[in-house]
Amino acid sequence: MKYLRWVALLAVSVALYFAPGQMKSYGLYITTLWVVYWIAGVGLNLTVGYAGQISLGQGAFLGIGAYTAAVLSKAGVSYLAIFPTAALVCFAIGLLLGFPALRVQHHYLAFATLGFNMLVFLFLRNEEWLTGGTFGLNNIPRPVIFDVRFTRPLDFYHLSFVVLVVMGGVMAWLLRSPWGRAFAALRDNPIRAESVGINTTFYTLMAFAIGAAYGGVAGALFAPLVQFVEPAPFSVANSLSMLLMVIAGGSGRFFGPAVGAVIVVLLPEWLRVAQDWYLAIFGVLIVLMMVWLPGGLLSLPDRLRGRRA
Amino acid sequence: MRALLEVRDIRKAYGAIRAVDGVSFSVAPGEILGVIGPNGSGKTTMFNAILGQVKPDAGEVMFEGRDVSGIGALALARRGIGRTFQSLQVFGGLSVRDNLIVAGQEFVGSAGSRLFARPDAGMGQRADEIIELFRIGHVAHLAAGSLSYGQQKLVDIAMAFMARPRLVLLDEPCAGVNPALIDELMDLLRRLNREQGASFVVIEHNMDFVMRLCSRVICLAMGTMLAQGLPEEMQGNRAVLEAYLGV
Ligand SMILES: Nc1ncnc2c1ncn2[C@@H]1O[C@H](COP(=O)(O)OP(=O)(O)OP(=O)(O)O)[C@@H](O)[C@H]1O
Ligand SMILES: [Mg+2]
Repeated sequence: MKYLRWVALLAVSVALYFAPGQMKSYGLYITTLWVVYWIAGVGLNLTVGYAGQISLGQGAFLGIGAYTAAVLSKAGVSYLAIFPTAALVCFAIGLLLGFPALRVQHHYLAFATLGFNMLVFLFLRNEEWLTGGTFGLNNIPRPVIFDVRFTRPLDFYHLSFVVLVVMGGVMAWLLRSPWGRAFAALRDNPIRAESVGINTTFYTLMAFAIGAAYGGVAGALFAPLVQFVEPAPFSVANSLSMLLMVIAGGSGRFFGPAVGAVIVVLLPEWLRVAQDWYLAIFGVLIVLMMVWLPGGLLSLPDRLRGRRA
Repeated sequence: MRALLEVRDIRKAYGAIRAVDGVSFSVAPGEILGVIGPNGSGKTTMFNAILGQVKPDAGEVMFEGRDVSGIGALALARRGIGRTFQSLQVFGGLSVRDNLIVAGQEFVGSAGSRLFARPDAGMGQRADEIIELFRIGHVAHLAAGSLSYGQQKLVDIAMAFMARPRLVLLDEPCAGVNPALIDELMDLLRRLNREQGASFVVIEHNMDFVMRLCSRVICLAMGTMLAQGLPEEMQGNRAVLEAYLGV
């Protein structure tokens, strides 16, 4: 059974790696964006799904990562250094964002993180010397790593996919380690957790910091993907999309963010044929899903099994 | 012999309600102390104040000869005091076995070492021991949240013993547990007391249970200590009877 799962995982990975081979550049762009959001979602899923916190600030970390990559790559820094730098910067700022979570929970925490996102947005818009203000920064180069150029869309997709596999592997390992169990205990019952020696302060801060680091890495792919950064994509609205992505995919399920990113990134593209109606259809679909499948799309198999039993 | 736990003049008020109003007692190593008293007499609040779950207004707590007042719930757990809560408190999303492992894993090594530890954090064997002791093997792999109330209660109590605590504070372990299981629970606590050297403080409304299990009993009423003594002494104590009957 376990063995079968590994085979399936490998097969899907290989398929995903090669599938976009024939795509045109716009299709490749959207597929790569899907991978980038998936990475950010893996991090947010740790914060929200596994550790039971709430965050409306993941869009800000995507932005911090993106601007870090934009500024450093334009200064000639190698992407080999940019990815870890973006992760570290976001880890540190994520740690700070964790502090409100030590005092408040639920909707209060949601608003605290939302306020943080606004501050980051204002910073990106107003600190022109660094961020270019509303005009943003353009001509962001695509990565060259060990003399391999990831300039062509397909090559850049492959790089993004490899980053996804590495980041996903790290998360799987983290969740299987005793830390994963401690995060779940924090989510299920923080008071009980303290009484059995679990340092809830530490794990809360880690849940935010590690989740933020994933947002940073995603951002460091977002910038060279679009090759242009401006504040708009990192607003509170995008953080809402990211939270929707985690919840609609299946919060606390490992592949939830993959499905969630389909809903948030790909579904709107597919609905484009409906033209003016697309937002309305999107909205209705989300309402229906939240009502009938509050556990997210990946809870569907469990639901169906439950029905039959 | 030096007391294992010593509580001196502990107090906690909620506005005008003096929930705990100056209680002092001690627990000797190996002792099983019962705490009785009518509803609202301050038993749970006293536990919470001792364990740092709420901040006491005054009072001192000594554990193994050291002042541990105000060091907080986490630090007390790390020093070797386990507890259960009056309401059920299990980690519903984790399996029973994972509930036990997580209740013990943080006591070994550092956070950094646990990141690279085996998934069971070296706690698997201890968890299986406890599972066998509490006879919950048949549900060990089910999510704790999916069990019956009585089963969850056993898991809840079992968790308090994972880290081999030297003192365990139990808040109404019998509440909601069927009578047959209550006798089993008593045997279990006696064994843990004998074999693992754990001392207990047990809040309980089930008088039969208290009388048979405890070596000494204290009775609270309106936040103060009304009486203390041997179980048989309490049964005949007029003040205690009056407090319970509300005369
Ligand atoms: N968080 C709180 N806020 C306000 N009042 C409280 C709070 N907790 C307890 N009290 C009050 O303190 C008093 C003691 O409550 P406590 O829960 O300690 O009683 P108890 O002896 O454990 O009762 P029971 O046997 O019903 O569990 C009660 O009058 C209660 O209303
Ligand atoms: Mg109580």
